[in-house]
Amino acid sequence: MAQQSGAALLMESLVRQEVEFVFGYPGGAVLPIYDELFGDERIRHILVRHEAGAAHAAEGYARATGKPGVVLVTSGPGATNAVTGIADAFLDSIPMVVITGQVPTGLIGTDAFQEADTVGITRHCTKHNYLIKDPADLVATVEEAFRIATTGRPGPVVIDIPKDVQIAVPSKSRANPNAGAHRYAPQMVAPADQIAEAVDMIANAQKPVFYTGGGVINSGPRASQLLRQFQDLTSAPTTSTLMGLGAFPNTHPDWLGMLGMHGTYEANLAMNQADVMVCIGARFDDRVTGRLDAFSPDSKKIHIDIDRSSINKTVPVDLGIVGDCATVLEQMIAAWGDRAGQDLGEWKARIAGWRARECLAYPERSKANPQAIMPQKAIERLYHLTKDRSPIISTEVGQHQMWAAQYFGFDAPNKWLTSGGLGTMGYGMPAAIGAQLGHPDALVIDIAGEASIQMNIQELGTASQYRLPIKVFILNNEYMGMVRQWQELTYESRYSNSYSDSLPDFVALAEAYGWKGIRIEDEGDLDAGILRMMEHDGPVIVDCCVAKDANCFPMIPSGAAHTEMLLYGDQVEGTMDDEAKALV
Amino acid sequence: MKIQSAETERHVLAVTVDNEPGILAKITGLFTARGYNIDSLTVADISTDHAISRITIVTNGPPQVIDQIEAQLERLVPVHKVTDLTAAGPHVERELALIKVAGTGDKRVEALRVAEIYRANVVDTTTSSFVFELTGTPEKVNSFITLMRELGLVSVGRSGVVGMMRGSGGA
Repeated sequence: MAQQSGAALLMESLVRQEVEFVFGYPGGAVLPIYDELFGDERIRHILVRHEAGAAHAAEGYARATGKPGVVLVTSGPGATNAVTGIADAFLDSIPMVVITGQVPTGLIGTDAFQEADTVGITRHCTKHNYLIKDPADLVATVEEAFRIATTGRPGPVVIDIPKDVQIAVPSKSRANPNAGAHRYAPQMVAPADQIAEAVDMIANAQKPVFYTGGGVINSGPRASQLLRQFQDLTSAPTTSTLMGLGAFPNTHPDWLGMLGMHGTYEANLAMNQADVMVCIGARFDDRVTGRLDAFSPDSKKIHIDIDRSSINKTVPVDLGIVGDCATVLEQMIAAWGDRAGQDLGEWKARIAGWRARECLAYPERSKANPQAIMPQKAIERLYHLTKDRSPIISTEVGQHQMWAAQYFGFDAPNKWLTSGGLGTMGYGMPAAIGAQLGHPDALVIDIAGEASIQMNIQELGTASQYRLPIKVFILNNEYMGMVRQWQELTYESRYSNSYSDSLPDFVALAEAYGWKGIRIEDEGDLDAGILRMMEHDGPVIVDCCVAKDANCFPMIPSGAAHTEMLLYGDQVEGTMDDEAKALV
Repeated sequence: MKIQSAETERHVLAVTVDNEPGILAKITGLFTARGYNIDSLTVADISTDHAISRITIVTNGPPQVIDQIEAQLERLVPVHKVTDLTAAGPHVERELALIKVAGTGDKRVEALRVAEIYRANVVDTTTSSFVFELTGTPEKVNSFITLMRELGLVSVGRSGVVGMMRGSGGA
C-alpha cells in the first residue's frame, strides 16, 4: 500500500478520535486537508463565516456535549482570527483541538504570504501547542493533543501543520518520542487523609456553604449527580459561579442562586458568614470574591480542583485537594458514610432572612420608559415558556448575560453556554450553532444583546446553510448596557461611546438570511412572541425591545466586599476613588 | 493612587523538561505573561539521548507567588519536575564567570594575587591583560568582580546559577 500523506494521516487520526464535526474555513495553507475532507462522509465539516465563529462553535459543541470541539483554519489570518476563541476556551477550560495550516517549512520565518507565528501567538492561551515538522509525527501528536485537551483540566490545544507536511509522506516510521504516558498524568484521586480531614471539617461545620464551579460541569454529568448526592447527605446550602450553573438544580430549597458580582444577596452573605466553605471546581475569580481582604473572613476553606495552580492562587485555603471533582465527591460520599452532620436549622434561618430581601425583585416599570418591557421580565417569561423543553441557553456578554444567569433557571449540566472567564462578546450565536449540531432536537436559544450579537452576526449564514433552528433572543436596549451601567456608577453617567447607534433592522436582517424575524415591543405581546419563536421550525431572531435604562442588580461594585452589595432602589449614580476605578 | 508592591524572597528552582522546540519560550513567556521575575536562567540538555534538559531559574517574589510559579511551571505539558531548592533544604549553588582585567605594573600583580586567593584560573593572558575563570557562589563572584573593578576590569561574562540538592537523593 502506498504511504499516506500528512493530510490523509490527519483525517485517519481524527476519525480514530471519533470526531463528528470539524468547524472551519478553508484557505491556501490547508487546501490539502480540505481535499481529504472532500467526499469523506466520516467527518462533517461545518463552514463558518469567520474563524472566530469556528472556535466559538467548537466551544459550544464541546460545552453542550462534553466532547472536544475541533477547528480547522488556515495560516496567518485564519489562525489569528481563531485566537479569541482559543483564549476563551483556555480561560473557561473547554476541550478543543485547533488545527491550523502553516506556510511550508522552507518558508517559515521568511514573512511569507499569510505567515504568522501561530505557535508563538497561541503559546500562552493554549494548554499545549505543536508545530509538526514531519508527517511521521502526526498520528502520535494528534493522539496526545486530544488526550491533553480532554483530560485533567480541559483546554485548547493547537496543532500547526505546514503545507508541505500535509502533502509529504512520513520520512521514516517513528512515533513522537515525547508521546509517552510519563509526561502528562493529571492527578484524579485525592489522598485519603485529605478526604478524611475535609469530611470532618464539613461534618463539624455549623455554617457550611458549597461553592461550586465550572469544574463540576467539566468533570461530566456524573459529577453533578454526585454533588447533589453529597449535598443531600450534608444538606449544605449551595451556590455556584456563572460557569457552574446547572450542576445543582435551581429548584432545590438549599439553592442560593449564583454568587459574585451579580450574584444573589443570600449567596454572597452566606459566603461572607460561612464557617466552612467547600469550593468544588471553582477558582476564586475576582468576579466571585470581590475585595480579597474582606472575602469570607471567618471561614475554613476547602478547595477541590484538578489544577494545582488554582489552589492558593488568589485566596489562601486551609485544605487544598488536587483531584477530579467527580472522583473526589465520590471519595467524600464514601468517607461520609452514615454521619448525621450538624443541625443547620439556625444557619438556614439566617439564610431565609437574607432571602426575604428578594434581591432579584426588580422595579415593575422603568423610569425612563414606563411602557417598555423590563429585560428581567423578558428572561423570566422566556424561562417559564421554554423550561419544559429543557433548552440549551447560550449568551453573549453583558447585562443580558447576567440577567440570563439570574432569571433563567438551570437544573441540569451542559445546558448553559457562556463566556465566563474571557467575557467574549460574539460568543453566543456560534456557540448555539455548535450546541445545535451536537443536539439536533434540542431547543437552543442564544440570549443576546443588540451590541454583542453584531460581533459575530455573519454566522447567521452558517445557521441558514445547515438548517439549524437556533433562536436568537435579543434584549435590545440600544446600549452596551453593562458599559453604560459602569459609566453611571463610576463616571457620573458620561456615556462615552456606549450608545448603540445605527442599529440594523434585526427583523429585516433575519429575513435577508432566510431566518424568521420577530419584533416584540409591548409587554402584552411578549408571551405570544416567545411562543411564535418556539413554534417556528427554523432559525429565528427575536428583537425584544426592552427598557433602555434598566440596570443589573444586585451588584458588588468593583473593590467592594460581599457585604457591600448594591440592591435595586439604591442610589448608584456617582463616581469612585481611583483604586476602585482601576479594577475591572 | 500608587502602584503597590510586596516583600519578595529569592528562590532557586530546578526544572527538568522535555528538550523540545519552544520549551524555553514557553517558560520565559510564562514568567513574562504572569509578571514573575527571572534573576538568572541556565539551560542545557543533560541526558545521553538529548531528550531531557535541566533548567535552573533564580527568581524572586512573595511566598504566594513562588508557590504559583511552581504550580504554573508544573502545568506545562513538557515540564517533568519542578524542585524549589531554596525550600527543599541544603543545596549547592554555583556560577561560572569569565572576567577580563587589563593593566600593567602593580595593578597587574595585585590582580593575579587576588585571583590566587579566590582560586580563579587564568585562561588567557597577554602582557597587559588576563582573563580569569572563576567558579563559586554568586556572592563569591560578586565580591571578586568588585575587587577587580579597582584593578582594571574590562568585561564580565556570567553563566547564571546552576543548583543541586546536597546529599544522595533529590534533585
